[in-house]
Amino acid sequence: MRLNVQVMTDILAGNDRVAGENRELFRRQGVYVLNLLGSPGAGKTMLLEQTISRLKDVINMVVIEGDLYTQKDAERIARHGVPAVQINTDGGCHLDAAMIAQTLERMDLTGVELLIVENVGNLVCPAEFDVGEDEKAVVLSITEGADKPLKYPLPFRQAAATVLNKIDLLPFTDVDLTAVQTDIVSLNRDIRIFAVSCRSGEGVESWCDWLQEQVKGKQNHAGKIGNRKMEETR
Amino acid sequence: MHELSIAQGILDIALKTAAEHQAVRVGRITVTVGEMTGLVPDSLRQGFEVLAAGTLAAGAELVIDRIPLAASCRECGREFLVENRHFYCPECGSAGVELVAGRELRVEHMEVE
Repeated sequence: MRLNVQVMTDILAGNDRVAGENRELFRRQGVYVLNLLGSPGAGKTMLLEQTISRLKDVINMVVIEGDLYTQKDAERIARHGVPAVQINTDGGCHLDAAMIAQTLERMDLTGVELLIVENVGNLVCPAEFDVGEDEKAVVLSITEGADKPLKYPLPFRQAAATVLNKIDLLPFTDVDLTAVQTDIVSLNRDIRIFAVSCRSGEGVESWCDWLQEQVKGKQNHAGKIGNRKMEETR
Repeated sequence: MHELSIAQGILDIALKTAAEHQAVRVGRITVTVGEMTGLVPDSLRQGFEVLAAGTLAAGAELVIDRIPLAASCRECGREFLVENRHFYCPECGSAGVELVAGRELRVEHMEVE
């Protein structure tokens, strides 16, 4: 007998469930988690290095590095004195919530305020997989071309911030920075945009200020919830 | 590029549903895929075919319903189809829009025997 069965099930429901468990763990630990997306070569790791050198003395941070096969990124981060754990996806084009959950089992988040997850270099797939982060940020280097935000709208729709990297190379390109910003805002009116050069360090300060505010925002929120709980138990 | 992960998700759902109905075979599976999921239908079918081999869903046909990208303006409430990645409201020109369709990734129904 042949039956037609109504299923109505979200294909990513399994991932979203694990992402929810990760998010709950992050909430309990009071750690702000940023999922960092961008194409290969956009400058994600270099942005992290710049961020670490400015913030590591004021924020207790750790990094999870997603990469297809190598340990190169985690080694780069570890050189700056910040704990870094590498996830190799063995060809997989994105990190998913289960990979993060497995990695968290061998990480100590005690006292950690900021966890940055550097996703696999790819502007398409990682945007589809929630890993339990508080927010996403997307790094776009201006040498990739001004048309990329509209060609790959999803990460820009979802991100809280965009870092436009390599602005030191603007004189060598035809890219109109204002037009790129206008396209990004057309996708996401509330997004914060930072024009930076990770090579010269220009603009990195405001990005770090923003990141620090996000971390504080989460701590304040967690603090409020903590206080409320104490009042309830009194 | 993430078609294989999605195909695995579809297969997991199909096999679970088949088990719930004590089915011996899975027939046609209908899924809805929004335009803004970056999925290539042919790759999804191929990925599914490879993963389903040797399971109850081997040879099952994957029917993919594409859902166009639609948005609603937060300012004036106008609903419209987003074409050519132009996310501005055609009524008032605002960039503040909510997506109302186009992000679907769902198994709708399937045949079991």
